[in-house]
Amino acid sequence: MRRVYLDHSATTPVDPEVAAIMMTYYTEKYGNPSSVHGFGREAKQALEQARNQVAELIGAASGEITFTSGGTEADNLAILGTAEALRKKGKHIITSCIEHHAVLETCEYLEKNGFDLTVIPVDEEGIISVDALRKAIRPDTILITIMHANNEVGSIQPISEIGKLAKEQGIVFHVDAVQSLGKIPVNVEELNVDLLTVSGHKIYGPKGVGALYVRKGLRIVPLVHGGGQEKKRRSGTENTPGIIGFGKACELAGQRMADDAEHQRKLRDKLINGILERIDFVKVNGPLGEKRLPNNVNVSIRYVEGESLLLSLDMLGIAASSGSACTSGSLDPSHVLLGMGLIHEIAHGSLRFSLGRQNTEEDIDYVLEQLPKIVERLRMMSPLYDQAIHSKQA
Amino acid sequence: MTMTLTPKPKVVVGMSGGVDSSMAAALLKEEGYDVIGVTLQIWEATGPEVEGGCCSNSAIDDARRVAFILGIPHYVLNFRSYFKETVVDYFTQSYLYGETPNPCLACNKHVKFGEMLRKARGLGAEYIATGHYAQVLRDPGSERFLLSKGADNRKDQTYALYMLTQEQLEHTLFPLADYRKEHVREMARERGLGVGDKPESQEICFVPDDDYASFVRERIEVPIKPGNFVDLAGNKLGRHEGIINFTVGQRKGLGVTFGKPMYVVGLNPELNEVVLGEDREVYTDTLWATELNWISIPYLTEPLKVEAKIRYNSTGAPATIFPAEIGSGYEVMVRFDQPQRAVTPGQAVVFYHGNLVVGGGKIISDPRGRNRGSKFEVRGSI
Repeated sequence: MRRVYLDHSATTPVDPEVAAIMMTYYTEKYGNPSSVHGFGREAKQALEQARNQVAELIGAASGEITFTSGGTEADNLAILGTAEALRKKGKHIITSCIEHHAVLETCEYLEKNGFDLTVIPVDEEGIISVDALRKAIRPDTILITIMHANNEVGSIQPISEIGKLAKEQGIVFHVDAVQSLGKIPVNVEELNVDLLTVSGHKIYGPKGVGALYVRKGLRIVPLVHGGGQEKKRRSGTENTPGIIGFGKACELAGQRMADDAEHQRKLRDKLINGILERIDFVKVNGPLGEKRLPNNVNVSIRYVEGESLLLSLDMLGIAASSGSACTSGSLDPSHVLLGMGLIHEIAHGSLRFSLGRQNTEEDIDYVLEQLPKIVERLRMMSPLYDQAIHSKQA
Repeated sequence: MTMTLTPKPKVVVGMSGGVDSSMAAALLKEEGYDVIGVTLQIWEATGPEVEGGCCSNSAIDDARRVAFILGIPHYVLNFRSYFKETVVDYFTQSYLYGETPNPCLACNKHVKFGEMLRKARGLGAEYIATGHYAQVLRDPGSERFLLSKGADNRKDQTYALYMLTQEQLEHTLFPLADYRKEHVREMARERGLGVGDKPESQEICFVPDDDYASFVRERIEVPIKPGNFVDLAGNKLGRHEGIINFTVGQRKGLGVTFGKPMYVVGLNPELNEVVLGEDREVYTDTLWATELNWISIPYLTEPLKVEAKIRYNSTGAPATIFPAEIGSGYEVMVRFDQPQRAVTPGQAVVFYHGNLVVGGGKIISDPRGRNRGSKFEVRGSI
């Protein structure tokens, strides 16, 4: 059976070049970077090189990079670490309704523990209103945390503008750039950010490694205490192979970003247009054109359930996603689509395809061949679709 | 293992992680069906998980592991809101109506053989299968699909399946029909499925510690009011803490002593009364039922002699069933040859001819008011 992977926003395959370099640090150069001997020194040297590679991709200095166990930990460190550091200054935090759970849940945790939280809405394209954000700012606002690009609908946020606003008001600004890294330029200076989260496994690097950019001079309180690694911001023996793989993945992302984007944008538009041509009652979620990540397709197909679509696609070897999976692997309607004003029934029939480096025109052709058949079969069982067809004809 | 030349159809097996549904999947796979395992996520406990309950995450993990061993795809389907609407809400409401609900019946009707079957068809499956001990047959004469007890009479689960429609039966497989429970456990052990020794699930899967009264109290909007214990003549005997705490036939936990053994013989939600009587008064030879489903016959036109079963764990008792007069407020009247103990409104009555299910329905309070003032109406639907 043909297998087509279209879930790169969930995770990506590790690039063979990345995997090869990592292997060395498992079996040969396995020293602990904190050790004084030669084994330790060679690991330490590689670790710092990786830090440079990550820093370079986002326009930061290497000293501003703290490695973590991934995007979720980096988000937690940024938000909890800032809240703790600025507790005496204020207790108000601003975020948006389309953030990743790593941000939303962390903010809600703080809200339960004495902080005030403002969750600002988005427009129907899934883009945050800078005006609404400006109005939400209070004298005691200490942190604004907004994602660079949304993981479900690919909407790119006006980060640079928000960053300027935050800077003027002296508010710490955190950005989760897990989905945008490697797909569109991410530059901490141009974006005016103080804290920025990135992750390895979304950019053809390994799972279990990420980083937080912390602007020089900014104080955050650590979550993990111990041996004082990562400038005391994140104790624990470094995941050297993972970090080195992440560094390599960043280097490759920098080299390939323009080509990747062009390639995926072409496939993206082919897929979106193909679906619109072949299936009726379809809505594209998120913005079109430049405000959308080059690799994201998100559609709501009315009168079918996303869950049934997803399973039917899987049986044909096509990997997509819908809503957000809970720990058991079952699906809830997406808070992002609901936040964009979609009604429950429409949000329920949504499907995300996220493209990657290795996808081909043939992959898209295969989806466009199979998806309409699946939708037709599912709609045969929907009385609502029957009604819709009749009222359309009438 | 049977070798088949033509590919067998696609079947979706509802897998709870227990031994029965695991073996159901295994047997179908060995027969050459194109098997897909699904586990329904139906409930998220607020407290600790009900041990061995079919909705716990560990049950999902067990099902996933078994599916992996069998080499079949496995999916977890989100049924939480659907399950709440059709099973949990019905369950809590029933108590307010003075009924004793059977949530497993509601789950079979709406969830497993309703929505799960519909989803399975959407996935291109011809059948769904479960690990129930029951059998689907086809009557060559009438061409009706029949529901029969399986080989293991002691584990018979047809009582909980009487509501299956012809269309549902047509698309249902019960792979354990020919097996006894011990044999099923043994086969699971032989295959290394790791579920051969799991205990039976007995309690209501979504109620922690089997404490249904607390569960109901936490979930209903109206306050539970204390009321009167009365005798069959309506004389006040004492006070109770709310009718949701009682079920017909109950003796323990009345909270009052009467100098002689007293039993709950009826509940009257309109007057918020619990009717008590002596042991002999818990017996009755007549009941009325509604929400009928007929399986071996298309409908009931004249009195029919059957064996009628009024609870999951009882044996059938000889009875005659009578079609209702129009406007009588019930659909069938059941007259037993011998009085039966604790006929309980809200539970199902299921009619048999030998191993075959004739049909069944939901027991309702006496439409002519034996339970004093309990005006009949169709309430919470199974």
